[in-house]
Amino acid sequence: MPAVSKGDGMRGLAVFISDIRNCKSKEAEVKRINKELANIRSKFKGDKALDGYSKKKYVCKLLFIFLLGHDIDFGHMEAVNLLSSNKYTEKQIGYLFISVLVNSNSDLIRLINNAIKNDLTSRNPTFMNLALHCIANVGSREMAEAFASEIPRILVAGDTMDSVKQSAALCLLRLNRTSPDLVPMGEWTARVVHLLNDQHLGVVTAATSLITTLAQKNPDDFKTSVSLAVARLSRIVTSASIDLQDYTYYFVAAPWLSVKLLRLLQSYPPPEDAALRSRLTECLETILNKAQEPPKSKKVQHSNAKNAVLFEAIALIIHHDSEPTLLVRACNQLGQFLQHRETNLRYLALESMCTLASSEFSHEAVKTHMETVINALKTERDVSVRQRAVDLLYAMCDRSNAKQIVAEMLSYLETADYSIREEIVLKVAILAEKYAVDYTWYVDTILNLIRIAGDYVSEEVWYRVIQIVINRDDVQGYAAKTVFEALQAPACHENLVKVGGYILGEFGNLIAGDSRSSPLVQFNLLHSKFHLCSVPTRALLLSAYIKFINLFPEVKATIQDVLRSDSQLRNADVELQQRAVEYLRLSCIASTDILATVLEEMPPFPERESSILAKLKKKKGPGKLPDMDDSRRSVNGSTEHSENTDTTNKGSTHSFTDVLNLNSTPSSGASLLIDVFSESSAPPAAIDVSEENFPRFVCKNNGVIYENQLLQIGLKSEYRQNLGRMYVFYGNKTSTQFLSFSSSSPPQLNVHPKAADPMIEGGAQMQQILNIECVSDFRDAPVLNIQFRYGGTLQNIAVKLPVMLNKFFQPTEMMSQDFFQRWKQLGAPQQEVQKIFKAKHPMDTEVTKAKILGFGVALLDGVDPNPANFVGAGVIHTKTTQVGCLLRLEPNMQAQMYRLTLRTSRDSVSQRLCELLSDQF
Amino acid sequence: MRFLLLFSRQGKLRLQKWFTSMSDREKKKIIRDMTTMVLARQARSCNFLQWKDLKIIYKRYASLYFCLAVESQENELLALEIIHRYVELLDKYFGNVCELDIIFNFEKAYFILDEFLMGGEIQETSKQIVNRSIEASDIPRYLKLAFTINNC
Repeated sequence: MPAVSKGDGMRGLAVFISDIRNCKSKEAEVKRINKELANIRSKFKGDKALDGYSKKKYVCKLLFIFLLGHDIDFGHMEAVNLLSSNKYTEKQIGYLFISVLVNSNSDLIRLINNAIKNDLTSRNPTFMNLALHCIANVGSREMAEAFASEIPRILVAGDTMDSVKQSAALCLLRLNRTSPDLVPMGEWTARVVHLLNDQHLGVVTAATSLITTLAQKNPDDFKTSVSLAVARLSRIVTSASIDLQDYTYYFVAAPWLSVKLLRLLQSYPPPEDAALRSRLTECLETILNKAQEPPKSKKVQHSNAKNAVLFEAIALIIHHDSEPTLLVRACNQLGQFLQHRETNLRYLALESMCTLASSEFSHEAVKTHMETVINALKTERDVSVRQRAVDLLYAMCDRSNAKQIVAEMLSYLETADYSIREEIVLKVAILAEKYAVDYTWYVDTILNLIRIAGDYVSEEVWYRVIQIVINRDDVQGYAAKTVFEALQAPACHENLVKVGGYILGEFGNLIAGDSRSSPLVQFNLLHSKFHLCSVPTRALLLSAYIKFINLFPEVKATIQDVLRSDSQLRNADVELQQRAVEYLRLSCIASTDILATVLEEMPPFPERESSILAKLKKKKGPGKLPDMDDSRRSVNGSTEHSENTDTTNKGSTHSFTDVLNLNSTPSSGASLLIDVFSESSAPPAAIDVSEENFPRFVCKNNGVIYENQLLQIGLKSEYRQNLGRMYVFYGNKTSTQFLSFSSSSPPQLNVHPKAADPMIEGGAQMQQILNIECVSDFRDAPVLNIQFRYGGTLQNIAVKLPVMLNKFFQPTEMMSQDFFQRWKQLGAPQQEVQKIFKAKHPMDTEVTKAKILGFGVALLDGVDPNPANFVGAGVIHTKTTQVGCLLRLEPNMQAQMYRLTLRTSRDSVSQRLCELLSDQF
Repeated sequence: MRFLLLFSRQGKLRLQKWFTSMSDREKKKIIRDMTTMVLARQARSCNFLQWKDLKIIYKRYASLYFCLAVESQENELLALEIIHRYVELLDKYFGNVCELDIIFNFEKAYFILDEFLMGGEIQETSKQIVNRSIEASDIPRYLKLAFTINNC
């Protein structure tokens, strides 16, 4: 056994760890662990008091077991005990255990908070640091509530040690990230800014992190930090590297601090003060100059630190986007890195240049590197570098180089890594559309995409090409000819069949004059693919066939034969069968005129943002894409044209949904171009608010409030005086993702902002926190609106949240005498509400007691002379007032009835409480 | 910073530090994703990866992979040096640190990390100061193993 345990080595721990390592199988490991757990449990439970060392050792063992991935359900108390030890090493293990195994057990949190409080006031810097670390590591709301106002004081107090200041700054930063509402701004903020002048560089570094985060939310409060940051930065970049002693890292002066200062400056626009501005420009120039100097060390750490500062300076230059000379210098510097032998630098240069490409000052300079970037696409061995190259090509693309870049991307697509194919497909589709001068090129490009990477061409892409072809009559003939030719290939992708079927169904007549593509040839070509396709595609083809009947009366009989065949009319798939039956019938009974009207060419689509672009944005996350807004305009050409389309569209939306779906329900998976009618054009119909489970929450706070086949919504809530917090758990019951998930609650609820994750994985759960404040007494409960996409359809759910007036009760204990005195005081007729009602549930005393307690009042024993009756008292807290409330419930077992009497100082409150409570029995 | 993971070439997790609160389920998924992703990388690839909206910075030291996740606006090169500085601190404490040191003294590895990083930000970049505060809390060191670490 290697006795590697060091320092205050715990031999027992080392033995245990090496036992575990010697276990030959998972079973043996579990067995050994269980043995150890039993041992520790008996030690903790034993009569003999354990000394600090043993306690520390066992807690440490538990921690080890937990980190191996096993559950630990005891030992928390012993860890908490260690917190109050005077021995540093014992305290340290205690804190480590707490930080790693946070438990929301509320009793424990109180004890932990007490120990932290003691250490914070101990004036022992090492203890204070441990406590601050624990707060930062746990970062829970309870801790924030307890300490968020204390820490700023420690941070700016004159006699605080430097190391404690550092911890306090970062601890505050963490709390501000998790519970920004609890960190109060105030007089201390001004003093924090002045920490930028501190002598101790460690303090400055920590303070800069804090200020940067705070400044992003309250830029005005921290404006003065700009000049201090510039001054500090200037002193660092001009210092001889030895000046900063240990803050020099491999001959680079304070790289971490420099980067943080540069990041802080990115929270603000360029300084307006000319002197300050030129001082900053000087700093940035110095950094750029240093990049050209020969390295002071061959170590990679030296070049990494130096270049880290350089990249951050470039990021600031790009952020300011105001100094053309600096921008061009930055671009040239990055250009050098593009061919550097370090893969890391090539990667970063590509990434950084992406943002430079969007600046008007440097766009042209970036374009000069196009050949290098294309070369990178072909020669880089690392897929993540190639991905950056694709991003950069996309960013530098404009009308002048679009054809070349699109061609390069297409050829790269043939060999590209599977993981990035879909993204490249989207990018090509967007660029082809955005920079298409002639739309024949666009159509060719998309068909090529389908040919090369059909599996990665999503619906959005082929919907889009159809929209564009329909909206532009100059390209329709070409599109028909091209898809016809493409379909000749013996094996073509199903996506091509879809596009082909749709386009020939609309515009097949434009090429029917040529005998090589006569109506019958077209039909036979499409129908030869029919049996190889999936149901949705077959459904689309059937629609194309009925369109053919309208376009080409000469093939009507042939198509009717096809529709009439058993494989269609008796198809097992209901959608296909329905289409076949209806289309056949339509073709038989409708006159030519009616057919021509029903099956008219599709009207132009309304102008809208490319759904492909939306998809790419979603893939990449916001802010990752250069602004591509103008892509919209290039789709439909001139604005008059689009006005036209708008008018034609009014009222016609319905006619073409019908053509596509012919009486089938719109939710059937086969509906085409349903995309067009999504969110923006079809507002969701008013939905019923679910309140089925609402009454169950009157007397309790946790449970399932809503459930259907897809989604389960669970609640956990807690209330204190007029405030409440509700944890909403959204569980995805399916195996598919929910996309674009959003929930909006009424404005009177304060929704915790961190919860807005737009996607829930299949089988996963997402949590959202709602903060609730009761401003005045109220009746109506707030409604939570939920929206998400499941499969292709938008789901809307509205749930009435169980926030009722009685949730803001604080129970009040009182003696019999007090009770009756107050009861009399509330004697006015409107203050009392009484209700006599029949019992809905079995009349069980214990259940009734639990319900009254759950309702929020104190249950008063020995007040009512009749022991069968229940008497309660409580105070409702709202922001503005408090309303005292007394209640009495008299059960009548024989009649299976209750009489409930409520007296409060306010009639509306009495009324509401009576309604709520009487419903529960 | 969001999290730091240390794992072996066999994918065994040796240290996990989370700078934001996350459910155990999420943690397990991330650990799985990171180990498979990083271990699948070829030698001499770049040290950076894009993963969801985060940047993953990883580096191998001898038998251990250090894997750090940072927000998208963070500086990758400096993140790489955060890893290196942590390795230096471990090295200084254990003297030629090796994977076994971290297994057997996992609590020390956490303590050293806590002196260096806090709440996902760098707390003290000076090696001397960090070491001083670690040593101050420790009984004099003894025992050292002859495993060497390759600091390349």
